[in-house]
Amino acid sequence: MTVQTMRQGMTRRQLLSRTVATGATFVIGSGFIAGLDAAWAMETTALKPESMATLIQMARDIYPHDHVADEFYAIAVKGYDTAEAAPDIEAGIAALDAAARGKGHASYLDTGWERDRADILRAMEDSAFFQRIRGGLVTGLYNQKAVWPLFGYEGESYSQGGYIDRGFDDINWL
Amino acid sequence: MVAKFELNDDSVVVIIGTGAGGGVLANELAQKGIKVVALEAGGRYLPEDYINDEWDSFGQLAWLDARSTSGDWRVARDFSGLPAWIVKAVGGTTTHWAGASLRFQTHEFKAKTTYSEVQGANLLDWPIDLTEMEPWYEKAETKLGVTRTGDRTGLPGNTNFKVFEAGAKALGYKDVHTGRMAINSAEYDDRMACQQTGFCFQGCKWGAKWSAAYTDIPRGEATGNLEVRERAHVLKIEHDDSGKVTGVLYADKDGNQHLQKARIVCVVGNSIESPRLLLNSASAMFPDGLANSSGQVGRNYMRHMTGSVYAVFDKPVRMWRGTTMAGIIQDEARHDPSRGFVGGYELETLALGLPFMAAFLDPGGWGREFTTALDSYENMAGLWIVGEDMPQESNRITLNPDLKDQYGLPAPNVHFDDHPNDTAMRAHAYKQGMAVYDAVGATRTFPTPPYPSTHNLGTNRMSENARDGVVNKWGQTHDIANLFVSDGSQFTTGAAENPTLTIVALAIRQADHIAREMGAGNI
Repeated sequence: MTVQTMRQGMTRRQLLSRTVATGATFVIGSGFIAGLDAAWAMETTALKPESMATLIQMARDIYPHDHVADEFYAIAVKGYDTAEAAPDIEAGIAALDAAARGKGHASYLDTGWERDRADILRAMEDSAFFQRIRGGLVTGLYNQKAVWPLFGYEGESYSQGGYIDRGFDDINWL
Repeated sequence: MVAKFELNDDSVVVIIGTGAGGGVLANELAQKGIKVVALEAGGRYLPEDYINDEWDSFGQLAWLDARSTSGDWRVARDFSGLPAWIVKAVGGTTTHWAGASLRFQTHEFKAKTTYSEVQGANLLDWPIDLTEMEPWYEKAETKLGVTRTGDRTGLPGNTNFKVFEAGAKALGYKDVHTGRMAINSAEYDDRMACQQTGFCFQGCKWGAKWSAAYTDIPRGEATGNLEVRERAHVLKIEHDDSGKVTGVLYADKDGNQHLQKARIVCVVGNSIESPRLLLNSASAMFPDGLANSSGQVGRNYMRHMTGSVYAVFDKPVRMWRGTTMAGIIQDEARHDPSRGFVGGYELETLALGLPFMAAFLDPGGWGREFTTALDSYENMAGLWIVGEDMPQESNRITLNPDLKDQYGLPAPNVHFDDHPNDTAMRAHAYKQGMAVYDAVGATRTFPTPPYPSTHNLGTNRMSENARDGVVNKWGQTHDIANLFVSDGSQFTTGAAENPTLTIVALAIRQADHIAREMGAGNI
C-alpha cells in the first residue's frame, strides 16, 4: 500500500465529505487518514485510523523535522498496518493515550505542546513499543530517497561522473 | 585459465578467506607457481555490482551471520548483534575499506618495551620490527599504489578536508595532508584515478581504490594456479594423528559439505572468524581448539580506540562529496605519556551519508537535540579517530553455546571492555577533534561513539615464545607447522594506524616464507 497523493486519489471535497472524526493534526475518516491540507491520504486496513494518526504524530515527535511533511512520516510507519503487527501497535498506542490521560490530556493526539508529548515519550522510552517505533524510523524515515533533498543530501553521484568536475572542493567561506 | 583442483588433491595450499590477507597471499603464492584453493564464504561482486546507497550496499556486502556481544563497550548496547562492520565477499573487506595506508611507527612494534607495564594490559613486543618490515611495506605500497609513497602524488582535498585542514592549522598541527591512500590520484596499475564520487565504503565503482576483488584475485586466477571457490563457508579444519592439518570441511552455497584436502592451511577470516574457526575445530587431540596450547586463541581482541567528531557550521560543507577518508592529522600519533595515556592516535576525515548519519551520530538518540543536528547535515564536517587500544586477555572471542549460526555451529561472542588507557585517549581525541572544528567557527560539535568495529585485531597474536601467543614471526602457528594465520588477528599489538597496509605487507612476506619452506621440504 502506498500513501496516495490527492492527484491520484480523492478530491479534497470527496475526502472531507467522508470525514467522521477530526484529530488535531489529521483528517481521520472511516478506514483512512489524510493530511489537513489534503495533500496526502492513507488507507488503513488493520490499524484503526486514529491509531495510525497517533503513530504518525509519535513518529514526528521522535524525529521532529519541521521541514519534513507528514507524508514522509506516514510512509515511515505504514508498514505497521498489518494484521500481524496491529495487536502490539494498538496496545502501544493505548498505553500512549493512557499516559497522556494521566497527564490530564484527552489523548496523545490532543496533547498540544510537543514538549508535553516528548515528556510522555521520554517516560516510556525503554519500552519495547517505543524502541520498535524509534528503531524502525531510523531507516523508515531517513532512508527515503525523497527525504534526502530536504536535508541537502545528494545521494549517489556515480551516474553523473562523481564530483571531480562538480564541486568536490567547492567551499568559499574558510 | 582458471584452475580447478580436486577435493582429494592434498598438494594444494588452502586459504580460508580472500580479503587483504587471503586475497594477497593467494595471488602471491600463485605467482610463485604454488597451487592454491581459496575458499570464500561470500559471493563475487565487482565494481559494476557495487551499490552507491548505504543500506542497500550494507545488505549486499556486510557479514551478517549470527554474532553476540558483551562487555562495557557501547557497541554491545547499540548494535548487540553486529560487533563488526566487515564484508562477506570475494576480496573481503577490501571492498569496504577507506584506503588509508600507513606504516606502523618504530615504537609500535615494541609496545611492551616502550610503554613498560600498563596495568591490565597484556602488552607484548612483536617478534619483528620496522626495519625488517620496511622492504615489505614498500612492496605493499607499490602493490596498492599508495599516494605520497614512491613517486605517487597525494589526492586533492575535498570540502571536508579543507575544513579539517584549516582547523588543524589554526590549532598549530603540522603533519596534515590528504593521506597516504590506496586510491589513485592518477591512473596506476590499470586502475583509473579517483573521480571524487564518495561512497568509498560501498565499493569503488571506478576501481580507483585498491581492492583484492579486482586486482590480486583475478591476477592470481590468470596464472592457472589459483582456484577461488565462492560461497564456500569453512566449518572445521581437520588434522591427522601426527597433529598436522590435512584439509578443511566446508559448506557450499547449497549447504552441501565437502572436504578439501590440503598440504598447508592458511586461516584468513578476520579477527572474529579466524579464532572462532580454530576453536570450532577442537578435537580429542586439541580439546581447546587448534593451535591453542598457549590459551591465547581468541584473546587480546583489539578494535582500535575509535570515535568520531562531527561539527556543524553556519555555512554548507557537503562533506559527502569526494573521497571519504582523504585527510589526516598525524601530530597526535606519537607516544607521549604526558598526555595521560600511552600510544597515540590519528585523526582522519570521514563522511557518512544521511541514512548512516541518522543511524550512527548518536545511536538511540531522538528528539530535538538529535534532529536539529541532522537538520544541519549539509553544514556538517566530520572526522574519525583511530588510536592504539590496549590488548587485554579478557577481551576475547569465545564460542556462544546458546547461539548457533546457519550451519548449527556455535556463533562467536565478542567481549570488549575499554581499558582506562583507551578511555583516556578517547577523551583527549574528542577534545582535540572538537577543537579542530571550533577553530574554524563550528557552532556545535558532536563527540560520536564508536561504530561497529572495522579494525578487528589480535586474536591469534604473533609472539617470540610459544607460551605467549598463537603464531610465530611468519604467521605460522607455534603448535602446527603447516597451519598459518594470515590476517590482522596476527597483530601482537594494534598500533595507531589503519591495519590493511600491514596485513598486506605481512601476507607478501608470508608468501615468501611459505614458498621457501615448501621448497626446502619443511612443510
